[in-house]
Amino acid sequence: MSFFHIRSLARKEFLALMRDKRSRIVIIVPPIIQLFIFGFAATYDLNDVPVAVYNEDSGGASRELLARIEGSPHFSVLHRIGSDAGIAPLIDDRKVLLVVRFSKRFSADMARGDPASLQIVIDGRNSNTAMIALNYLRSVVLDFNRDWQQRHGQTGPPATLEMRAWYNENLQSRWFIVPGIVGSLMLVVTLLVTALSVAREREQGTFDQLLVTPLRPLELLVGKAIPGMVIGLLEATLIIVLMVWFFEVPLRGSLPALYLGILLFLAATVGVGLMISSIAVTQQQAILGAFLFVVPAIILSGFTTPIANMPEVVQWLTQLNPLRYFLVIVRGVTLEGDGFALLFHQFWPMVIIAAATLTMAGWLFRHRMY
Amino acid sequence: MSARLRRLWGMIRKESLQILRDPSSISIAFVMPVVLLLLFGYGVSLDAKRIPLGIVIEQPDTASQSLAGAFDRSEFFRPQRFDAIQTAQVALAERRIDGILWLRNDFSSRLFSGLDAPIGIFVNGVDSNRANITQGYIQGTWLAWLQHFAAAQGRSLDLPVAMEQRVWFNPALNSRLFLVPGLIAIIMTMIGSLLTAMVVAREWERGTMEALMVTPLHMGEMLTGKLIPYFVLGMGGMLLSVAMALFLFGVPLLSPFWLLMACSALFMLVSLAIGLLISIVTRNQFLAGQVALVVSFLPSFLLSGFLFDIHSMPEWVQTITYVVPARYFVAILQTLFLAGPVWPVVLVNAGAMLFMLVVLTALVVKKSYKRLD
Repeated sequence: MSFFHIRSLARKEFLALMRDKRSRIVIIVPPIIQLFIFGFAATYDLNDVPVAVYNEDSGGASRELLARIEGSPHFSVLHRIGSDAGIAPLIDDRKVLLVVRFSKRFSADMARGDPASLQIVIDGRNSNTAMIALNYLRSVVLDFNRDWQQRHGQTGPPATLEMRAWYNENLQSRWFIVPGIVGSLMLVVTLLVTALSVAREREQGTFDQLLVTPLRPLELLVGKAIPGMVIGLLEATLIIVLMVWFFEVPLRGSLPALYLGILLFLAATVGVGLMISSIAVTQQQAILGAFLFVVPAIILSGFTTPIANMPEVVQWLTQLNPLRYFLVIVRGVTLEGDGFALLFHQFWPMVIIAAATLTMAGWLFRHRMY
Repeated sequence: MSARLRRLWGMIRKESLQILRDPSSISIAFVMPVVLLLLFGYGVSLDAKRIPLGIVIEQPDTASQSLAGAFDRSEFFRPQRFDAIQTAQVALAERRIDGILWLRNDFSSRLFSGLDAPIGIFVNGVDSNRANITQGYIQGTWLAWLQHFAAAQGRSLDLPVAMEQRVWFNPALNSRLFLVPGLIAIIMTMIGSLLTAMVVAREWERGTMEALMVTPLHMGEMLTGKLIPYFVLGMGGMLLSVAMALFLFGVPLLSPFWLLMACSALFMLVSLAIGLLISIVTRNQFLAGQVALVVSFLPSFLLSGFLFDIHSMPEWVQTITYVVPARYFVAILQTLFLAGPVWPVVLVNAGAMLFMLVVLTALVVKKSYKRLD
């Protein structure tokens, strides 16, 4: 293997990528803009959920509970209605997510010590949003109950829950999603850089010329892989810095372990990209192949929805997905404070994926000729 | 047939033949939606079931066993017993379990003596949404057990305020019913823009654009001629996806079918126009493919309100979501499927898509002229 050969090929690849101003921009600018927009946009936490109140009760208890709901940052009371008929139009048109209804006897029941019923009508069109809003509301009610019982000398429930969350103590959705965005953007950029590199030369006929140069297939493979690795590594560093400083995601674990993960992930992604590129006959097919890999790889990686919820067969399929392992590594290092030992089972599958795809790509260089 | 129609027909015929002879367009339109919807429809779910939960009972007796039994019987948990809190915590750190329920050795004595008996709960909070759902299920199981426990002692559990909830449109809170329509919107955004992103760029790159230019064909005729076959193709894919949503995933359709198809057609036109615009502006397949990937997939996935509530985003991000066409289509689909034809929602969102279509068409016309640079 000649260092000189590889260097000249890698240099040519960089020139091909960076010479055109527009393609330079496409590689660098969108990932950074997207990190900012998605970092702010993608959160399961709800603020200012629009609420309507239908209060038939005139007592103090309902007013006190209502004040607590209004005081919560999660809810904002936008409408007050005076009849059951007012509920449907508000919810159907998505003016409010939920309606809180106090019955006539609410305060009287409470004063007598009978359970008072608080009725909630909620829009279930997005069932996850509905479930989160109900959870927020339930904790407001549970707090209210506890304070009420203490103040009125009633005994509380005999056993209470002391809940504590590890690693993401305040359960901020952003801490979970932003590391996922980092992985997804790296995947998209690296694949865009590599997936077309062979296909373009094939379509333009210059790949045949490369094959008759003294470059050996292994040198060809390394030279083609270097730009993707370098660009991926630089962008990864940049977005990780932004993640920690700008989005204030903690970095509790071992940075070398994170970088080992980045290198393996990039190698696996470059391998997949080069493989797609050497199977494709035209650029259009290469882009299609990249699409067909990126989209399922992101959606089925545990980025937004947990792998544990998937059916057995799909879970099994995700083991071929390098992003799945990388996301565990990013989240493990940032939030859980992991080092090499706890991440070992995420490293080796990526080594296998990288080895398999790179070998395949190198073999295809010579064996798929038109 | 007038000369204009004949020219248009010729273009449509040429483009259709090109589609038929290169299998990649047909596979984008028909195979991709089926495969992706199958994979995602089953794979994307927010319903946590059989959550691995470690249970530590320091002093086994009837009270602690009955509480643990409540978790054993719940369909939401898959409990595992641990002898000591330390081993359970190691399992939590190694991601073998998602949560721990810890009953200390004085649990029962405090429970019966009327002192507050604390139940220690640890959850892995990395995936905060899953952690919230897990905590919700733990609370639910705990409340049910408290009632059961009080009844066994001949008392009733008195809570000052009891929440009674009614969930409209999706009473079982089944996440698949809203995820599948949302997935259709995302898959169709990508397919629409992918189908057309390459078609004009390809003519430029292959040099056939120059050949088209010397024909009497007008630019408008060329674009319409290119659009119509892809529209037919895209709507075919849309029909397949809707059929899968209804018959495979059992999503109810509470609106007239024609209304769903009318909105889908409008959305398909918007997506195709975006692809066409990319194609005309870049004139380069490499770039067109990259831009299509960057502008269609992630924005429609994350900014459409499909998963993340738009209302909770910061104001400036909410403003950006107005240019994401999937945003309007997701709102329409979720409403049409689950709630019925709510006209204010349908009209506002369809109007926004129509406006986008007009703007995009104007841009496409402005950017395309018969001239070699």
